Amino acid sequence: MKIEEKLYTLRWKHDKRSHINITDQRVCLSTCGNTWKRPCTTFCPANVYGWDGSKITASFENCVECTSCLLGCPYRNIDWQLPRGGFGIEWQNG
Amino acid sequence: MAVDEEFDAIVVGAGPGGVAAALTMARGGLTVALFERGERPGVKNVMGGVMYGRMLADLVPEFWKVAPIERIVTDERLWLTTPDAAVTAGHTHVPHADGPPNAFTVLRVPFDGWFAAQAETAGALLITGTTVLDVIREGGKIVGVRTGREDGDLRANLVVIADGANSFLVQKAGLSRPLEPNEMALVVKEIIALPPAVIEERFTLEPGMGATIEVYGAVTRGMAGYGFIYTNRESLSVGIGALISQFMTTRITPWDLLEGFKAHPKVAPLLRGGSVREYLAHAIPEGGVRAMPRLFDDGVVVVGDAAMMVNNLHREGSNLAMAAGRMAGETAIQAKRAGDWSSRTLAQYRELLEASFVLQDLRKYERLPELVDRRPDLLQVYPELLSEAILEMLTVDGVSKREKQRRILRRLLARRPWWRLLRDGYDAWRAMG
Repeated sequence: MKIEEKLYTLRWKHDKRSHINITDQRVCLSTCGNTWKRPCTTFCPANVYGWDGSKITASFENCVECTSCLLGCPYRNIDWQLPRGGFGIEWQNG
Repeated sequence: MAVDEEFDAIVVGAGPGGVAAALTMARGGLTVALFERGERPGVKNVMGGVMYGRMLADLVPEFWKVAPIERIVTDERLWLTTPDAAVTAGHTHVPHADGPPNAFTVLRVPFDGWFAAQAETAGALLITGTTVLDVIREGGKIVGVRTGREDGDLRANLVVIADGANSFLVQKAGLSRPLEPNEMALVVKEIIALPPAVIEERFTLEPGMGATIEVYGAVTRGMAGYGFIYTNRESLSVGIGALISQFMTTRITPWDLLEGFKAHPKVAPLLRGGSVREYLAHAIPEGGVRAMPRLFDDGVVVVGDAAMMVNNLHREGSNLAMAAGRMAGETAIQAKRAGDWSSRTLAQYRELLEASFVLQDLRKYERLPELVDRRPDLLQVYPELLSEAILEMLTVDGVSKREKQRRILRRLLARRPWWRLLRDGYDAWRAMG
């Protein structure tokens, strides 16, 4: 089962505003690119983070709020905030 | 926000710890506001799926007659896997007729909804769909919270921080250093639907009874962690996790890890024919007592996952949260009586925890996180050696048993010289003994 199919089982209440921002894309490009090779693109369980060749993209609407990226970004370069009240993932079973 | 009055206590987070605190305080006559960022309690919450009866019965006597529980656990199994085999151990029992069940499975959305309703019935004011962003501080002490709503400040004598793993509020309140990626695990799981009769046949269970399987070894692909299979009424909770630090270095994606686990030749037959209803992910505190925040300060206490109250070796967390929530609530009742919400009175919360299994167990295993982080190989090598040894003894091939023992020993010493065996044994004993 692919990640896209897994995410298809989920429900969100989407906010228009993103709760995820990359603080400094230059860190992703060079510092992290040369050392850690952007682990957010592999450890995020909802595949939120992608690398488009020049910057990290964050598909915030896929976020399941596990908070792993708060600790897993080696440079603490991901500014992840709690979604506004009532928005975000809505588990059916938990 | 319409709520304008001042409360005795504000609880942030309607999970097991927060609800236990709110329930205890409301019953004790305190005015309580219980904040939940989800549209309703439970929709943001995930756990493996096993809960324990005693700590819940302390709060809701005879809960098992009314609570939305899935199955009563009568069968607990442990698997040490290699890529194509497993050494298994376990215990199975007939449940006693009365009193709370020891362990049972739950789905957190229905369970947390029910549990929060108990606090509401006791008089707590539940405020859902509201994210608490920060604490309000005055003269060095915490006097309330700032929410995401307009005019969303609310004051209280006590703030109970129960916002779960990777707590934002613990950081905002200045009660902890930032956590490290080796102090938190990432776990992914799926709810896999199967008819109850199939589950009972496959796991050899009486109707309504449940099984748990903890799976160590090859399934985590060299990372420190484990997989699990828990039976619900009409589904299985199938999940696996590892330290975030190890996901960072191995670059194994969580969904690949889960797919590999589900495809293990001894796991796959248990899941066959099931359909995936939901894919979930959550963080689990792993740092133990050494990564705990300060548990109280003037006008604030911390309970549950937010306070790293998880005993990973024994798969316990929600029960620690419930016990801690109750103790926080009892402390608040004392504080109200004394009219003193400073850390002098709130220190009683910590004393109650110290005198209970909560901090005693966490202290017992305080060295374990460090061992798990440093030596994930232990969880790979020993299952393999054990599996090989057992297979050797079980294989009837004309070789004498004494020769087989010699072979096992030779193989063992080839992989692990005697001094390393001693060292590993000593480390494990120190961490768990």
